[in-house]
Amino acid sequence: MLLTLLLAVALAAIRLRDLLGVVMLFSIYSLLTAAVFMDLDAVDVAFTEAAVGAGVSTILLLASLRLVGRHEKPHRHNPLLPLLVVGVTGAALIYGMSDAPLLGDPGAPAQLHVAPEYLEQAPEATGVPNVVTAVLASYRGYDTLGETVVVFTAGLAVLLLIGVGAAAPRADFGSPGDRMVQRHVVKSLVPYVLLFALYVQFHGDFGAGGGFQAGVIFAAGLVLYDMAFGQSPTRQVIPARHLLRLGALGVLIYGGVGFYSLLSGKAYLDYSALAPDPVHGQHLGILLVELGVGLAVFSVIMLIYLAFSSRRVQQ
Amino acid sequence: MNLSPGLFNYWVVIVLMMAGFWVVIAHNNLVKKLVGLGLFQASVFIFYISIGKVTDGAPPIQDTAASLYSNPLPHVLILTAIVVGVATLAVGLSLVVRIHEAYKSVEEDEIHARDMQDDVDSDAGEGR
Repeated sequence: MLLTLLLAVALAAIRLRDLLGVVMLFSIYSLLTAAVFMDLDAVDVAFTEAAVGAGVSTILLLASLRLVGRHEKPHRHNPLLPLLVVGVTGAALIYGMSDAPLLGDPGAPAQLHVAPEYLEQAPEATGVPNVVTAVLASYRGYDTLGETVVVFTAGLAVLLLIGVGAAAPRADFGSPGDRMVQRHVVKSLVPYVLLFALYVQFHGDFGAGGGFQAGVIFAAGLVLYDMAFGQSPTRQVIPARHLLRLGALGVLIYGGVGFYSLLSGKAYLDYSALAPDPVHGQHLGILLVELGVGLAVFSVIMLIYLAFSSRRVQQ
Repeated sequence: MNLSPGLFNYWVVIVLMMAGFWVVIAHNNLVKKLVGLGLFQASVFIFYISIGKVTDGAPPIQDTAASLYSNPLPHVLILTAIVVGVATLAVGLSLVVRIHEAYKSVEEDEIHARDMQDDVDSDAGEGR
């Protein structure tokens, strides 16, 4: 049912020429995807998709539509060749999929490799009941370090391409009365959003959540504030130059934990070196690298938002 | 060919994937192409998470009430991929913004036509 709705939204988004509408539909699409993930037991992923897809991506797309215009021009070239390519590829994929294990099959090859090992051992070996967090930060710590570095690099790339300009003066839209309601609502919401982000950050080892989600939610809270009150107050709280340092610090914390265990004679990112008791060390290591991830993700998302929102429309 | 409903998720994934693919190759507008890429990307996410689902499984957070859990590994892979996805989307969008500033257009054929025109102009300049 959800999937059918997803299909309908995707097809509507493709047909629409008004890009503002396309972005809104894309946001709905992301929210529906999050619901599908929830249905498939992936609570951490649903969380991330809801915060990233429905929140941050939409803001970024809207901010760039402001700069490049919201109308797509009708295209003239022949749709036959792309249609053929898409049709053939799709048919091949469906044919290849016909032998796949059915949804939910506990005997499928994907369920028999390392997954049972993770599920059995991870909670005892790391002291972290959330297996997703344990695998993310400990078993596959190298991957996650790489991904944190990718996020950081993407932030740098955006800065190099468009840079964070001076805070743009807000063109006041609507009467002051309209803004007042908005500001009061935002003002009362933001502290809770930020508090929730901190909860997600530090409770991620026990429940759903972790550094990636917390970073995005924290950034979303400040973005909300920024949109209601203009850029100057937000920048007084966190100046852009500090954000970049904060991001680098996050990556540094993650990498530093690895070097610490290397210097204590264990393998890189082997957290059991962090404390006399290996399980305690694992837990501490996971907490630290999640903190690094949270800081890096938060500052990169914030920087990207500031870069897009402070860019002026060039004549 | 197996027509059981157990593969329905995968079929939807393929249709969504092809829809995204279609937008990327057939549409001219660069922002729309990025949205298409997003559709494609989300379909891959659904594919991975569907693979990890175990019937009657619980979310992979240790709980005394549950004995069977869904596979945590795809969750980990996709969780990080989503955040990396938004970061790369931002890079793509900033490229689009710069292209718009340089060409005053985000339609691929117009950009291409201007590039060709520039080539012709520079060739004519050298020939003189």
